[in-house]
Amino acid sequence: MKYAYYPGCSLEATAKEYNLSAKLVAKKLGIELWEIPDWSCCGATAAHNRDYLLSLALPARNLAIAEKEGLDVAVPCAACFNRMRTAETAVRESRDMQKRISEILGSEYKATNKTRAFLDVVVNDVGLERIKEQVVKPLKGLKLAAYYGCLLVRPPKLTSFDDPEEPMTMDRLIEALDAEALSWSYKTECCGGSLSTARTDIGVKMIYQILRHARDAGAEGIVTACPLCLLNLDMRQAQAARVHSDQLNLPIFYFTELLGVALGYEPKDLGLDTHFVNPVPLLEANGL
Amino acid sequence: MERVELSVALRNNRSLKNKVESESGVVLSDCYQCGKCSAGCPAAFAMDYTPRQVIRLLQLGLGGEALKSHTPWLCASCQTCYSRCPREINLPRLMEAVRQEAKRRGIIPERKVDIFEKAFLDTVEKYGRAHEMGLMVQYNLRTLQPIKDALLAPPLLLKRKISPLPLKIKDIDSVKNIFAKVRNEGGSKQ
Repeated sequence: MKYAYYPGCSLEATAKEYNLSAKLVAKKLGIELWEIPDWSCCGATAAHNRDYLLSLALPARNLAIAEKEGLDVAVPCAACFNRMRTAETAVRESRDMQKRISEILGSEYKATNKTRAFLDVVVNDVGLERIKEQVVKPLKGLKLAAYYGCLLVRPPKLTSFDDPEEPMTMDRLIEALDAEALSWSYKTECCGGSLSTARTDIGVKMIYQILRHARDAGAEGIVTACPLCLLNLDMRQAQAARVHSDQLNLPIFYFTELLGVALGYEPKDLGLDTHFVNPVPLLEANGL
Repeated sequence: MERVELSVALRNNRSLKNKVESESGVVLSDCYQCGKCSAGCPAAFAMDYTPRQVIRLLQLGLGGEALKSHTPWLCASCQTCYSRCPREINLPRLMEAVRQEAKRRGIIPERKVDIFEKAFLDTVEKYGRAHEMGLMVQYNLRTLQPIKDALLAPPLLLKRKISPLPLKIKDIDSVKNIFAKVRNEGGSKQ
């Protein structure tokens, strides 16, 4: 099971624990990751807001490198995943676009390979049965809200591996690790993405709604598969609570971190000590 | 809004309508104004016109009003509207086309959003990757908010979640070429 691996810019910085934990669980589960050499930024929100062609060409540069190796690309970041899927689909569906993008890249790109969300690879390629066999520390007792946000599951004809309104991939993984996946209504609401930087006033309102609904559903923690979701819900949690005269203490996890704990890694080795809302006390209270 | 003669407005605004339609691939007459997009929009509370209203303005030939709207700049591209639209209208793409056309005409209702995105792409063009620390500093300087989020910087540095120095990819020329060629293709100035 070998994939090209595209970490993306956040995983080198604010989401470095996502990178760390993804690589550790991949190793344990027998997923071979070939990091795309000299990879570049996918362009993120800024590129598609300002120039459609640029928003396709930037991710295509990375996809083209992987295509030459004949590899599908595993992507942990939901936003990078979405931009890469957008680029490959546009190229695959139009010969004209394929020509334009190849011309811009200065090398042939035909989109014969596919972008896969790392979550999809873990749950659907490795499979929950094989994961269960490797669990050494069941997460018994943890009540968790699986938070998918936007770009992992929307628009469905692009993302394709789960339902856009009631996705269950992460819930099924949580249950496989013996924790409880709660039913709640904000699992696919938007956290505001990069709006929280330029329009923090708007962003914190969106962030607060998600946190509040998770807490009210009885969650002790939230599980994500997106660096920007985690950054917003974790780093801006105190601010979101303060603005709404509330108090919150909800640890936010990457699914790879919790999976790593269940597979026997120490929280510190997974980078769990680098969050703003410290998740370690919750893990310790549950004997993890 | 003042009273307008719709048949005249429609005639005068045909070119704008055609422009956003060709750039976004959206056919504006596909929309029958059900409002499902706006009911589910998580940022609608902060918008001056709902997404449905932006489409209505364009349909009626009141595109000038749509170009001045903050809505396309506050769209978070969460894809909820597009996923739910019974006519499969790609509203996020439409919003992008509207704001790009507004910008070409010098209309920038959300200056901070514009500055943030410009700073982001500048770092990508220069280094090949986004550099979060440099981006925040640039953004704060360009928007004259030197201490915005300043309290978040020390813990981020301590946890080594941001680095003070950017990392440049080896083949930076290949990324610079992408930017240059897109500009040559007549893309927006970014």
